[in-house]
Amino acid sequence: MERIRSPRELEEIRQEILRGRDPDKPCITICSGTGCHAYGCERVTEAFRAELKKQGLEKRIDLRTTGCHGFCERGPVVLINPQKIFYQRVTPEDTAEIISETLLKKNVIERLLYIHPGTGERIVREDDVPFYKGQMRIIFGNNGKIDPRKIEDYIAIGGYSALSKVLTELSPEEIIDTIKRSGLRGRGGGGFPAGVKWESCRNAPGGKHYVICNADEGDPGAYMDRSLLEGNPHSVLEGMMIGAYAIGSDEGYIYVRHEYPLAVRNVGVAIDQVRECGLLGEDILGTGFNFDIKVNRGGGAFVCGESTALMASLEGQAGEPRAKHIHTVESGLWDKPTNLNNVETWANVPLIINKGVEWYTGIGTETSKGTKIFSLVGRVNNTGLVEVPMGMTLREIVYDIGGGVPGDGKLKAVQTGGPSGGCIPESLMDIPVDFDRLTEVGSMMGSGGMIVMDDTTCMVDIARYFLNFLKDESCGKCTTCRDGTRRMYEIVDAISQGEGREGDIELLEELSWVVAEASLCALGQTAPNPVMSTIRYFRDEYEAHIKDKRCPARVCKALITYVIDEEKCTACGRCKKVCPVEAISGEKKVPHRIDPEKCIRCGACITECKFDALEVV
Amino acid sequence: MKQQAIDQILGKYDYEHSSIIGMLQDLQEKENYLPEKDLEYISERLSMPLTRIYRIATFYNAFSLAPRGRYLINVCLGTACHVRGAARVLDKLKMDLGIDVGEMTRDRLFSLETVNCLGSCALGPIVVVGGEYHGQMTPARVASAIKKYRKKRSRKRDGKD
Repeated sequence: MERIRSPRELEEIRQEILRGRDPDKPCITICSGTGCHAYGCERVTEAFRAELKKQGLEKRIDLRTTGCHGFCERGPVVLINPQKIFYQRVTPEDTAEIISETLLKKNVIERLLYIHPGTGERIVREDDVPFYKGQMRIIFGNNGKIDPRKIEDYIAIGGYSALSKVLTELSPEEIIDTIKRSGLRGRGGGGFPAGVKWESCRNAPGGKHYVICNADEGDPGAYMDRSLLEGNPHSVLEGMMIGAYAIGSDEGYIYVRHEYPLAVRNVGVAIDQVRECGLLGEDILGTGFNFDIKVNRGGGAFVCGESTALMASLEGQAGEPRAKHIHTVESGLWDKPTNLNNVETWANVPLIINKGVEWYTGIGTETSKGTKIFSLVGRVNNTGLVEVPMGMTLREIVYDIGGGVPGDGKLKAVQTGGPSGGCIPESLMDIPVDFDRLTEVGSMMGSGGMIVMDDTTCMVDIARYFLNFLKDESCGKCTTCRDGTRRMYEIVDAISQGEGREGDIELLEELSWVVAEASLCALGQTAPNPVMSTIRYFRDEYEAHIKDKRCPARVCKALITYVIDEEKCTACGRCKKVCPVEAISGEKKVPHRIDPEKCIRCGACITECKFDALEVV
Repeated sequence: MKQQAIDQILGKYDYEHSSIIGMLQDLQEKENYLPEKDLEYISERLSMPLTRIYRIATFYNAFSLAPRGRYLINVCLGTACHVRGAARVLDKLKMDLGIDVGEMTRDRLFSLETVNCLGSCALGPIVVVGGEYHGQMTPARVASAIKKYRKKRSRKRDGKD
């Protein structure tokens, strides 16, 4: 794209792009987020392209690959615009029919529609799918409208107009005041007011200032930052530019997990594009504002999501946190004032500038404004990314949007906040989700992971899982965190093996207190949360493991046995064939049996049995 | 790796000490692991103590000091995959390959590793083999998923690929 020298030129280019676009022109939109990639959306795209060429329709029908639409469970997802017809689980074989039937003859293909699990009704339009209906996609919605690798698409939907506005109409102080009044709180976990942070950083002496985008999304089960960076990188860049101007910074960094190759690639492309057209670099839009951004890939260390550890990593050190007697806004990267915000926080900024404080504060609760993107995953029917206004209840999110738990499972708990968070039991499903309420019930917002658990999930096993994670990810600097999490893991592991002893729960509680009180950074301070919250709400499960040597959810291997129900077994031999240790015996027409001594409880037989004859007791 | 190629990587980062993580990432991308002699060379060229490079290489999970197989098998152990039974998938893989996490098969075809979350939770449990995603894995599907890559290699050996 040619160089844009002034706000007026930006507006002219926008108008020119829009003139070349017909909103009524048919367009096939294919989700190309990591989830749909894994389902093979590239092959679907290729098939569409080949088919359009074959039929000579390339000029009449647009083909657009976009970022993640959020409904990953149903990928590859294809949207036919302008009617917004929603097709799910599309295969390359379906493409010819979609073009000839839907695009040319305007017929809907029933087979590819989403079926409402409750009513059995087939839903045609995206907006009517319950998963989308309950959401408010002000940040995430644009993912489905633009090709992340085309800056024209972002400019067409009003991109960089917020940057243009702040550079020409607002002073840095006015921007900070706007962000403060909007009530925007950090989406990375802490929930610290973004405007206050910006102000402290701006006022900090020390010459050079830095801004950082934290895209080291380490919480297992959370991937909203990846999808934003992947699907709409320009919105994050624009937010950073506005922040940099307000704070007085000319250099920014994006620290992104190396496990997210597509996000690294797309943000790299986006940076090249803005640099080329002069929106990044020197004298941006002819206003004299200079700013540039570099991308650094993380090395796969969870602790680097912590701000001081992240900065150490950017400096080429091992990512160990330091004490924060002096805040990073005063002395951060290279000992200079540094303002770090998370991906989603940055993406909120252009929106607040464009739509205004009044509008933004109209969304959310008293203390938590705006929306939050959650990754709704685990034992839930509609897995995916959901953006909802703050204050929606957990029940609405899990049932109305998520479609409840699969099969005849019963909802047991929702885990939020990743390894620093906790498990919220079913009885508390009606609490409104915002920063403060989640903390009150012993969990936290975190970056927005929301893992649904049903009666097949063992809470002792979950505590063990998180402790295992934390003991590996502890950087080792503080003894309480390094050794404390390890000791806690050993105790919980023993409980799950049926070797728990009286007094273990009390010992865990005591250790939790020490680890939380005596560790330096948030990793250690919050490490006991998964244990504390599961003890608080599911103490009976711990006691069943310790006293009765029983795992109520039938998960902990040492406490369960696999048996075959002889009445149901048809002796088909499938289980016998898949058993990796030859623990299953039986002749033709004779119900099979499992040798508990040989059985390693891998579960292969259960998934293989077509007759529901296998039981775990 | 040839010294010239290493210098190219170091040059890309202007021989800046602060970019050591990026340099090691680039080296590993080419070599699949961090060979000792290459680290010694980097240490010499950057005038950076080898112990510091070793500290970085062992602190971050992404780096491997041991050679890895042709196909890296990464089992996602994120929470979403965990509640859907990822541990059982991993157990089956260990058994079928006859190796533990962090090890390589004797034929140098596979290395087995785990990752904390790939952010593809809808597809969980998820296993990535040589960069290809295999979603909704079950212990029963493990064998057929690996078989494909064994075949790929034997085809290559026969000169058919």
